[in-house]
Amino acid sequence: MSAVIESHDDHHHGPAKGLTRWLFTTNHKDIGTLYLWFSFAMFLIGGAMALVIRAELFQPGMQIVEPEFYNQMLTLHGLIMVFGAVMPAFVGLANWLVPMMVGAPDMALPRMNNLSFWILPFAFLMMLSSLFMEGGAPNFGWTFYAPLSTTYAPPSVTFFIFSVHILGASSIMGAINVIVTIMNMRAPGMTLMKMPLFVWSWLITAYLLIAVMPVLAGAVTMMLMDIHFGTSFFNAAGGGDPVLFQHIFWFFGHPEVYIMILPAFGIVSHIISTFSRKELFGYSSMVWAMVSIAILSFVVWAHHMFTVGMPLAAELFFMWATMLIAVPTGVKVFNWVATMFRGSITYETPMLFAIAFVVLFTIGGFSGLMLAITPADFQYHDTYFVVAHFHYVLVPGAIFSIMAAVYYWLPKWCGNMYDERLGRLHFWLSFIGVNVTFFPQHFIGLAGMPRRIPDYALQFADWNMVSTVGAFLFGASQILFLFIVVRTVMGGKKATPEVWEGAQGLEWTVDSPPPYHTFSTPPEVK
Amino acid sequence: MFNIRSTFISSLTIFLGLIFSQSAFAEWNALNMTEGVTDISREVFGLHMFIFWIVVAIGVLVFGVMFYSMYAHTKKKNPEPATFHENTKLEILWTVIPFVILISMAVPATNTLQKMYADEEGDINIQVVGYQWKWEYKYLEDGVNFFSNLTTDQDEIYNQTPKGEHYLLEVDEPVVIPTGKRIRFLITANDVIHSWWVPDFAIKQDAIPGFINTAWTIVDEPGIYRGQCTELCGKNHGFMPVVVRAVTPEDYDLWVAEKKQAAFELAQLTEKDWTMEELVAKGEGVYQMNCVACHQVNGAGIPGIFPALAGSDIVLNNKPRNVEILMEGVQGAAMQSFANQLSEVDMAAVITYTRRAWGNDAKGDGEIVAPKEIVEYKENKIKI
Repeated sequence: MSAVIESHDDHHHGPAKGLTRWLFTTNHKDIGTLYLWFSFAMFLIGGAMALVIRAELFQPGMQIVEPEFYNQMLTLHGLIMVFGAVMPAFVGLANWLVPMMVGAPDMALPRMNNLSFWILPFAFLMMLSSLFMEGGAPNFGWTFYAPLSTTYAPPSVTFFIFSVHILGASSIMGAINVIVTIMNMRAPGMTLMKMPLFVWSWLITAYLLIAVMPVLAGAVTMMLMDIHFGTSFFNAAGGGDPVLFQHIFWFFGHPEVYIMILPAFGIVSHIISTFSRKELFGYSSMVWAMVSIAILSFVVWAHHMFTVGMPLAAELFFMWATMLIAVPTGVKVFNWVATMFRGSITYETPMLFAIAFVVLFTIGGFSGLMLAITPADFQYHDTYFVVAHFHYVLVPGAIFSIMAAVYYWLPKWCGNMYDERLGRLHFWLSFIGVNVTFFPQHFIGLAGMPRRIPDYALQFADWNMVSTVGAFLFGASQILFLFIVVRTVMGGKKATPEVWEGAQGLEWTVDSPPPYHTFSTPPEVK
Repeated sequence: MFNIRSTFISSLTIFLGLIFSQSAFAEWNALNMTEGVTDISREVFGLHMFIFWIVVAIGVLVFGVMFYSMYAHTKKKNPEPATFHENTKLEILWTVIPFVILISMAVPATNTLQKMYADEEGDINIQVVGYQWKWEYKYLEDGVNFFSNLTTDQDEIYNQTPKGEHYLLEVDEPVVIPTGKRIRFLITANDVIHSWWVPDFAIKQDAIPGFINTAWTIVDEPGIYRGQCTELCGKNHGFMPVVVRAVTPEDYDLWVAEKKQAAFELAQLTEKDWTMEELVAKGEGVYQMNCVACHQVNGAGIPGIFPALAGSDIVLNNKPRNVEILMEGVQGAAMQSFANQLSEVDMAAVITYTRRAWGNDAKGDGEIVAPKEIVEYKENKIKI
């Protein structure tokens, strides 16, 4: 391989030494690593906040925190998990994998790549520092509905707005980089319909990001104007419209939901195919399903707002459009099952996570379909049923896919195999933890417990206790994950270039670990 | 592996055991949506169960195939994988069939929604206004008007005393409606967005400042129906329940008459000459109900969000401004106008209480406010 020779003949192209390697790096692998570690740190911080929430809800009554602080915890938990854990983790995976998968030497815009990462820690430092400000951190939920987030917000909201602006800038730069890389730097012979599915999923995700992050920036800018410059975009007393905020927010928010799940679709497609030792079933329908989901995501936003009092016609339109999403999503699930069917399956850790993804994500999809039914949504809306729904698609959905990806590509990245026994243990603990946490939340939601409350009526007590036990199990098992990853990076059985029997794709043709610069000469794709 | 498996099995046993013991001893409605007490709520429940069983059936089918191949198509049992990777007929089939299933769900859902939206003038029209953190009910025809506050004791919430049966779901004044009549709720809010939810009626409508949303119901059975605010509305979002008491039309008429009599008696009280002790005693109760959420029991507030009353210059030495703040609220802050929430007596009492409590009487002028002064304030405002 040309790549192997390349790493020997020019040592100037190795990484710099010390801290400056990470501060000034323009290397897609280094930046990918930075993104992944950063997102893991955020995952632990956001997770610790979730445990504060669950600990308070262990029993009825106020025990551990005050309602005011509880609201800050649920707000920061949501913001950190969405913008700090899931999104950067996917960007990290894109950085590591997209250039290697399309046979490019690096991302197309390496300096911008560095910038888009390094503004992130500052954004989150600013957001977290609001915990220590007078009046406390943002306390209006991650959806920050006006006027609770404007007229009635603590002073720290301004810092929150600035940090959302930075996050948006980072995401847009990351998205541009992905698109430019994929459009211009594919190896000769790699047509669009020959691209690996992870690359496809990220191409679509990147377009979604570019379309909606400016909308989010617009929403927070209007908040800023309302708070400091006397405008009344969302203030009814000044002729504004509080519902307008929700329309703008969810026009961003719904595509954002798919930004957090499309790359997962890509990852899982790779893993299921590899461990079934069978080509992915229905490649082109997979691509078209993702494109349809992405397009539909722009016309379903108001299903988050069925109770704001929209006219009947709007309610019906958004109900029908939302139900329609079940079709392409169903196609994807059927394709994964068909890929496994009559394959030759083994159950290494990535495969366990991928299968759990398919099952539990589908359960989340089922509750999503139920939520789409407007009359029933009047009962589900803003209860724990919704909490159960979106945690099923985000935790055993997005997060399981990220963990699957880490186990699957980690041997490639660091050249060492992880400990399979520990990996499986981590899987089972997470799997049990996630279900014990979130499945009972369906029950307490249906029984009538609203979300975002620090204390609850007595009939919800038993299942809340179960849920809290599950949350602590899930949280604790992530320490094991950290241990496994660190141990694998430090050493372990050497991985072959192919790593997994029959794995397909250009990334498996280079050494494990890959040289600092791969594919300086583009490979041929037939 | 032995350890992993035994951990897994024992956790599973515990989990299933819990589910089983729950369903054996608890009521079914602790696990599922309530059927409710109106035609609409029963229809919504039917819709919910219909969709639920459809997704269960799909789940059994899809996961069935998946689990079968996980069992039968392992590398051990099937060392040579098949090579097929597309099948146009199959793919068209599993696009079309879900589409048909969706239509079968959409039709009844659309019907029910149309019924819920058949909004017309009610026999009784009640305006519901959300405040941080209480509800106000205004009966448009009968002229009755009151606030509904949580009555659960702080000691219960902070685990000092045992929790009552309706912990967090009990109020001082439930909204009363007659059975068999069409009730229309006109829902709005005074400060932030709230949401008015009564599961038994399948009504959940956001209360939005500047907007009036409507919902309607006809309740056949007398009873007490409990719900909660379901839109995050600040610190005490979890502490503003909705309680509806449905009574027979005769009882309803009696209740309206009683409310009017009580309003008349309250007006009489305003004329009385109150002593400082009487006002402080009454004011403490009013303070506990309306003010502690923000200004705290010790009057210290929460720095940066809710100002302290203990030692506040306005409370100590500026009586006119003190009265004005309670009557008008503070623009752009959580402090709302209490002019319509509190009677003249309660208003005077609570201001007097804050001017005398926490050592304020020693530090400031300690002047009391008599109910008559509040009446005068209101009259002067009308003249201007």
